[in-house]
Amino acid sequence: MTLLNQKYTSAEDAIAMIPDGASIMVGGFGSPGTPFALLEELLAQGQKGLTLIKNDANEPDIGIGRLIRAGRVDRLITSHIGLNRVAIEEMNQGRLAVEMYPQGLLAEKIRCAGAGHLGFLTDIGLETEIAQQRRELELNGRKCAIEPAITADFALIHADVADTYGNLAYRGTAINFNPLMAMAADKVIAQAFRVESPGGLKPEAIHTPCAFVNHVVQVDPATSEQGIRAHAV
Amino acid sequence: MPSDQERMLARAAREIRPGQIVNLGIGLPTRLFHYMPEDLEVLVHSENGVLGCQPLGRDAAPDYEMIDSGGAYIGTRPGASVFDSALSFAMIRRSRVDVTFMGAFEVDEQGNLANWKIPGKFSPGIGGAMELAQKVEKLVVLCSHNDKHGNPKILKQCRLPLTAPRCVSLIVTEKAVMEVTERGLEVIDIAEGLDVESLRAATEAELIIDESRLGRF
Repeated sequence: MTLLNQKYTSAEDAIAMIPDGASIMVGGFGSPGTPFALLEELLAQGQKGLTLIKNDANEPDIGIGRLIRAGRVDRLITSHIGLNRVAIEEMNQGRLAVEMYPQGLLAEKIRCAGAGHLGFLTDIGLETEIAQQRRELELNGRKCAIEPAITADFALIHADVADTYGNLAYRGTAINFNPLMAMAADKVIAQAFRVESPGGLKPEAIHTPCAFVNHVVQVDPATSEQGIRAHAV
Repeated sequence: MPSDQERMLARAAREIRPGQIVNLGIGLPTRLFHYMPEDLEVLVHSENGVLGCQPLGRDAAPDYEMIDSGGAYIGTRPGASVFDSALSFAMIRRSRVDVTFMGAFEVDEQGNLANWKIPGKFSPGIGGAMELAQKVEKLVVLCSHNDKHGNPKILKQCRLPLTAPRCVSLIVTEKAVMEVTERGLEVIDIAEGLDVESLRAATEAELIIDESRLGRF
């Protein structure tokens, strides 16, 4: 664990800890909650052979879409990539290995790892195509399937406010996968629009306690990619 | 003269009851927002992690961290909450969402639904559809009666990979409103100006029709 008073750092130094071939959880559902500034730094530093775990593939020119387009991602564990035609094309051409799960199962596999469990039992998808890849068993007379937990070497998290100890608070629908991934990965790097001194966040306003967070980076909402995303209403 | 989609949306909106928690699927179902009476007290759930969303007013500036699962900027109504993705799906799997609306590639007589994958052609992922279909008590399908080549989408038995088995309660197309019952698909309403023979001709599934009780929409 990183010492409390050594967590506040730069995006450059934090991302430099990620080696080639790392598995990385990336927060976000579409744009909200995607740690754009950290991903930009990852793109700039050039790590390759990555396995990414994210709900979606963003869009071709933003977020992890740019890493996929640059050929830096070997494998993607996800739920839906419909907004990224480049990722779909890379998948269809066999250049990107894609593993897809129902969204709630993906979330739960990550939550489960974060809670220190190895997996869980579910009845979701029993009579569907996804059942083919799973081990089934019977519990209390009911059929269910084993869903192993998913962990990762790193998680890249977007929070609204953090403190220098690494306590995090999220905002709006930018919560999504962030608090789950912050608990599930071995090393957690969080970006936040505002970083306070310890005590700047009320204890009950903290979504992710600092015990789970290794590095905190302040990003400027005005200059990061955070400002240029997504869709018309 | 309302369009086919407008008629379908107006009809489908009548399935929403006061006090319910409602999930609107991506695409056509999202437009149901605009077909619910303003004083109808419901909370719209979006699986990316919000309960109580509503369309952004025309002049309102978007909050970049507030979207629905279709990616549109949204607002929230009084009583709304936001939460993480695991909790959002716990709400679904615990059947706390009362009714959900979604599109379909195929639906059949048993209420089986296929709407996520066309092998070799379309497989962007499952998203939230599988869990919504399996666990929400009332699933209303909103889809065109036939595909763009005129082939029936309301079938005896789905041929595409299933989203979930025996999960559909009601099917609303531009031609008919059909309820999934133990006896099969029962036509409740038929489109204004359409006769029963034409409806049967456009449908592969066996339809149960009692002309004396048939509504129009």
